[in-house]
Amino acid sequence: MTSLVVLDFDATGIKQPARSAVAAAVKLGGEVHVLLSGTGIGESAAAAAKIAGVSKVLVADDASLTHELAETTAALVVSLAPAYSHIFQAATAAGKNMIPRAAALLDVQVISDISDVIDADTFIRPIYAGNALATVKSSDSKKLITVRASSFDPVAAEGGSATIENVTVPTAGTSSKYLSSELSKSERPELTAAKIIVSGGRGMQNGENFTKLIDPVADKLGAAVGASRAAVDAGYVPNDYQVGQTGKIVAPQLYIAIGISGAIQHLAGMKDSKVIVAINKDEDAPIFQVADYGLVGDLFTILPELEKAL
Amino acid sequence: MKLLVAVKRVVDYNVKVRVKSDKSGVETAGVKMSMNPFDEIAVEEAIRLKEKGIATEIVAVSIGVTQAQETIRTALAMGADRGILVETDVAVEPLAVAKLLKALAEKEGAELVILGKQAIDDDMNATGQMLAALLGWPQGTFASKVEIADGNAKVTREVDGGLETVELKLPAVVTADLRLNEPRYASLPNIMKARKKQIDIVKPADLGVDVTPRLTIVSVAEPPGRKAGIKVPDVATLVDKLRNEAKVI
Ligand SMILES: Cc1cc2nc3c(=O)[nH]c(=O)nc-3n(C[C@H](O)[C@H](O)[C@H](O)COP(=O)(O)OP(=O)(O)OC[C@H]3O[C@@H](n4cnc5c(N)ncnc54)[C@H](O)[C@@H]3O)c2cc1C
Ligand SMILES: Cc1cc2nc3c(=O)[nH]c(=O)nc-3n(C[C@H](O)[C@H](O)[C@H](O)COP(=O)(O)OP(=O)(O)OC[C@H]3O[C@@H](n4cnc5c(N)ncnc54)[C@H](O)[C@@H]3O)c2cc1C
Repeated sequence: MTSLVVLDFDATGIKQPARSAVAAAVKLGGEVHVLLSGTGIGESAAAAAKIAGVSKVLVADDASLTHELAETTAALVVSLAPAYSHIFQAATAAGKNMIPRAAALLDVQVISDISDVIDADTFIRPIYAGNALATVKSSDSKKLITVRASSFDPVAAEGGSATIENVTVPTAGTSSKYLSSELSKSERPELTAAKIIVSGGRGMQNGENFTKLIDPVADKLGAAVGASRAAVDAGYVPNDYQVGQTGKIVAPQLYIAIGISGAIQHLAGMKDSKVIVAINKDEDAPIFQVADYGLVGDLFTILPELEKAL
Repeated sequence: MKLLVAVKRVVDYNVKVRVKSDKSGVETAGVKMSMNPFDEIAVEEAIRLKEKGIATEIVAVSIGVTQAQETIRTALAMGADRGILVETDVAVEPLAVAKLLKALAEKEGAELVILGKQAIDDDMNATGQMLAALLGWPQGTFASKVEIADGNAKVTREVDGGLETVELKLPAVVTADLRLNEPRYASLPNIMKARKKQIDIVKPADLGVDVTPRLTIVSVAEPPGRKAGIKVPDVATLVDKLRNEAKVI
């Protein structure tokens, strides 16, 4: 039994969710190889070789693989698949885009967003916005899996000494072309890797209030900033801030929900946080049902006080 | 250009589902069912493409039990032209759904298939990607903007760091994210008109597809509950608790 983990990485290095995906493979047992695809991978490959539990790093360096197009990456994964019993990637946007495509090409039913590994065939995955946990057993001879990163503690970034090997990249023509991206720039930690997250909802009223009231608190705490769907839809903050069933799934040490009512779709994305704080003027808001510490009151007076108290 | 949209009948998003006591699944008997919210967005996008004169015909497809016809009727009332129900009592998995949709896309000669990015019951987020793979078509998943011109679909996608735009040569598969559009409500006259629109019913075997699931459900359990904690009177107490009790700051 040998697993292949497709790593998410960029110029800043290997992403933390990728090490959570490695943790899932390690939990399964057997040898763990990792794959880096794209261009200019050298430094990342060296970093990947140090990840605890990894025995081999595969490098696919080819211009066709930049921008993580699902079409070309899936073709690559399919070409490597014969050597592997399990293929994992974190359930990042890239993983969710590519892994099901590769699975279909292999005539395998993908197992999405697993939160635990039971044995080589059996996995747990949340369904219905996390309101139920299904234990599913796959009869496919090969498993293709995306991993809910917040459910697996990432393996250590250091401690391994894997070999590095270049692989041949199939010449898969594709009728898909990358044009551009518009990425949110932030000095803050990424939502999926942050230890503390401060999130705002519709109660924030506008984007300016995020900057004026939430950012200073987040800065003091070294926290990432998140949001509810309502806040994103209203244009207060960009889409990548969204936490929830259909946004990012997070489980930080501390999650502070401000002016967020606590709809099931929002809870689905944060209820596994270690400590939850809710600040809301409505003492009956459902968010208080999951909060360890609730503070009832007006966020416009509470946030400046909080910033001073930190 | 002919367009296919996939519409799934799911437990309404407002329902808080309960796990059955025998742990075989979640309780769906007597529960309100609706069109998957992402599929409403997919249907809306299809209708807008028709209103712009880009799409010529919209075929709404559902795979599931007889009652999934109601879901198709909703799509027809919104503005789809006709429907196809692939009738089965099996809880079909994305791979099988993708195989059925592939057969229909080929039979209908569709040039664009729009699906929801994820069904809110099983949360697989897979069917569109699998369909694109089987057809050998490019995919524009998690779309927040779609523009069709010169035989290409320019798709803006919601990705982890923000937005990304790709250009897909048609035919292609697109999956709808939340911010692609705001779906319309069907007007009463349109609901009446939809009753006369045609829905064809076929079986998976008619399309030559084996829908036997690859995943079996061993059990379905309630997630560990979270207890409500305490209310604190003021900011000072909150900060003190976070520092000295929870030790998280
Ligand atoms: C298919 C689907 C997918 C979805 N996916 C997601 C998702 O991924 N993530 C997500 O978050 N939502 C998602 N939703 C939306 C979800 O159902 C809710 O609509 C949304 O989470 C509400 O956001 P909110 O709590 O910010 O807004 P509201 O529910 O409007 O709550 C605002 C809260 O702010 C409080 N407030 C207002 N003013 C103040 C003040 N001055 N001081 C203190 N408190 C104040 C109010 O008391 C209220 O509780 C989804 C919905 C659907 C149908
Ligand atoms: C424990 C458990 C319990 C389940 N209980 C139920 C249940 O009670 N009721 C139930 O309906 N399903 C149930 N299923 C789900 C069934 O197996 C799923 O339909 C299947 O796994 C597909 O996943 P998905 O719908 O999340 O696909 P996704 O890939 O998330 O769907 C994406 C898109 O594909 C399209 N699509 C997917 N399926 C269909 C379809 N059938 N017809 C038309 N378009 C479609 C839609 O456009 C949708 O937005 C259950 C599954 C499990 C594991």
